[in-house]
Amino acid sequence: MQRLGCGAAALLRRSQGDGAAAALVPQLVRSYATTQMTIRDALNSAMDEEMARDETVFIMGEEVAEYQGAYKITRGLLQKYGPKRVKDTPITEAGFTGIGVGAAFQGLRPIVEFMTFNFSMQAIDQIVNSAAKHHYMSSGAVTCPIVFRGANGAAAGVAAQHSQCFAAWYSSVPGLKVLAPYDSEDARGLLKAAIRDPDPVVFLENEILYGEPFPVDEAVLDKDFVVPIGKAKIMRSGSDITLVGFGKMVGYNLKAAELLEQEGISAEVLNLRSLKPIDRDAIAASVRKTHRVLSVEEGWPQSGVGSEIISIAIEECFDDLDAPPERVTGAEVPMPYAQNLEAAALPTVEHVVAAVKRMMGK
Amino acid sequence: MVLGREFEEMCAQMYYRGKMFGFVHLYSGQEAVSTGVIKACLRKDDFISSTYRDHVHALSKGVSARKVMAELFGKKTGVSRGQGGSMHLFDREHGLLGGYAFIGEGIPIGLGAAYQVAYSRRVLGNESDDRVAVNFFGDGTCNVGQFYESLNMATLYKLPCIFVVENNKWAIGMNHPRATAPSGIADNEPWIYKKGPAFGMPGVHVDGMDVMKVREVAMEAVERARRGEGPTLIEAETYRYRGHSLADPDELRRKEEKEHYAARDPIPQFAKYMVANGLATESDIKALEAKVKEVVDDCVEYAENSPKPDMSQLLENVFADPKGFGIGPDGRYRYENPGFTAGTAEVS
Repeated sequence: MQRLGCGAAALLRRSQGDGAAAALVPQLVRSYATTQMTIRDALNSAMDEEMARDETVFIMGEEVAEYQGAYKITRGLLQKYGPKRVKDTPITEAGFTGIGVGAAFQGLRPIVEFMTFNFSMQAIDQIVNSAAKHHYMSSGAVTCPIVFRGANGAAAGVAAQHSQCFAAWYSSVPGLKVLAPYDSEDARGLLKAAIRDPDPVVFLENEILYGEPFPVDEAVLDKDFVVPIGKAKIMRSGSDITLVGFGKMVGYNLKAAELLEQEGISAEVLNLRSLKPIDRDAIAASVRKTHRVLSVEEGWPQSGVGSEIISIAIEECFDDLDAPPERVTGAEVPMPYAQNLEAAALPTVEHVVAAVKRMMGK
Repeated sequence: MVLGREFEEMCAQMYYRGKMFGFVHLYSGQEAVSTGVIKACLRKDDFISSTYRDHVHALSKGVSARKVMAELFGKKTGVSRGQGGSMHLFDREHGLLGGYAFIGEGIPIGLGAAYQVAYSRRVLGNESDDRVAVNFFGDGTCNVGQFYESLNMATLYKLPCIFVVENNKWAIGMNHPRATAPSGIADNEPWIYKKGPAFGMPGVHVDGMDVMKVREVAMEAVERARRGEGPTLIEAETYRYRGHSLADPDELRRKEEKEHYAARDPIPQFAKYMVANGLATESDIKALEAKVKEVVDDCVEYAENSPKPDMSQLLENVFADPKGFGIGPDGRYRYENPGFTAGTAEVS
């Protein structure tokens, strides 16, 4: 991507001196937090409460019951709800996903767990051709209230076939809703919203974040706490540049914003939460304020989520931009195994900082 | 078998010391299958397809133990120069089609190799081409669609291939009878070998802890395939002595079951057989064990001292023809730019 004129635009913006004001804005998430909760517990409690609330909700997938979940996300649910509502399946993604979709068409609310989303490739026909399209094909007669959830994206050291981000794939399909939580508030509120939603929802988690604790306040622990699908969240307010991301990259962007603050750059961090529908207004409003946008994702660049973010910025606020929008993404290669290559294939906080400085002409 | 065991136990040590990473799935306990089929019955030019539990299949097929260990360490001297890792070992020279991380994925790939042999015989006129392809997979895989699709086509096209199910009873924490329906109306057991005749091929059950028995059934299946008479399905009853991977807490398998199979360990069993039949003496076996320890120690030293992959490898091998990376702003192919393969995750 060309970066002509970036330096001049940056100079103009610096003269407005709004970086200092932004530094005074507290990080809302942390200021009123009372309890720490891991993503694992957030997901687990969300499913638990929704199963208690609605007996049509059930879970199926590999190792979800007796093994308590390959990543222990379903821990304790078998003991609480029994083997008829927490169903261990054979290793047959196409089959059990199909059963889930068929059951949803008849009014049940299945939560299908993929051990990782890499395995959802085996079932993509059921997700894309069956779940996503039936409501349309039947002219509204059939609904598919199902959640497909599991770990998405790169874990550590698991190489090419186990490290892939499917956000761009699924979010390009009409009829699917696609959510990606970052913290425990997101995980709880979005998963509960997904389970209650009348449409098929693809719910992209991150293995590396499962054990990570995040602060949550009382409201988040409420049994009816839901996060609206389709709304992004400003995690940190800023005035010089908007960092847009989802899932784990939101954390990278927050760290980058802290580092940038020390250098007098005020970055706004936008957590998309929902990739489909995507919150165009929130992206546009932020870009109109900061005049610059950098998209950060772990997935591959071409036709990625970043492509969409940049399109939105250009379509909605071309004249407000002081620098060409950019993106930081994973390298366009299958994930290598060797640690040095793996590290080079993934975005880092340093990449984000460097890209921002370049866009700011620093 | 001894090499396989020692190699895997060394992998466990190296994993806990942080020398290898991600998922490492060990084969300990199942050695009689790999040795009885691959080492005893296959030639270098035959094919095998494997799974994420592929280290010992590779060793049996003749892949250098040094190169396998180096791959697991993520080093440049590994079979795939550190790009593949534990679950993805490849060696064209030795007919190792690959280790595949997805359940059932390797079966049609193996079938494809058999298809190529059949094509060579029937279309290209190489009538003496009698190579075979052996597909290895576990009991968990026998419920996957690709398995059945492959059984059907193997018979339909009369392909020179052998399906070897290493039934170790557990797919991670899923016990075989919990995942697989009984094989007959009057038969409560979930036999896998009985699915063979339903697809027009022989199905054979064998004690997978006994290398001589495995060898016997594999020999017959391989010969049948070499004669152009089509596929065979072999179910080898075996057991893995460790969890599914080194990350598996292995809490669901009962102690009695583990002890039952520990008592049937294929290695001492075969040592006893050799001594009883005058094929080797106790001291021969001790010498062999010492030699194997040396080989494994050498592998570790080799892997440890090997260089990391060059950063250029990040962008190498994505395409056979790197023109696939497209044309840059200067009108030249991107890969022609100096420094193109220097490696960066930042794309703008």
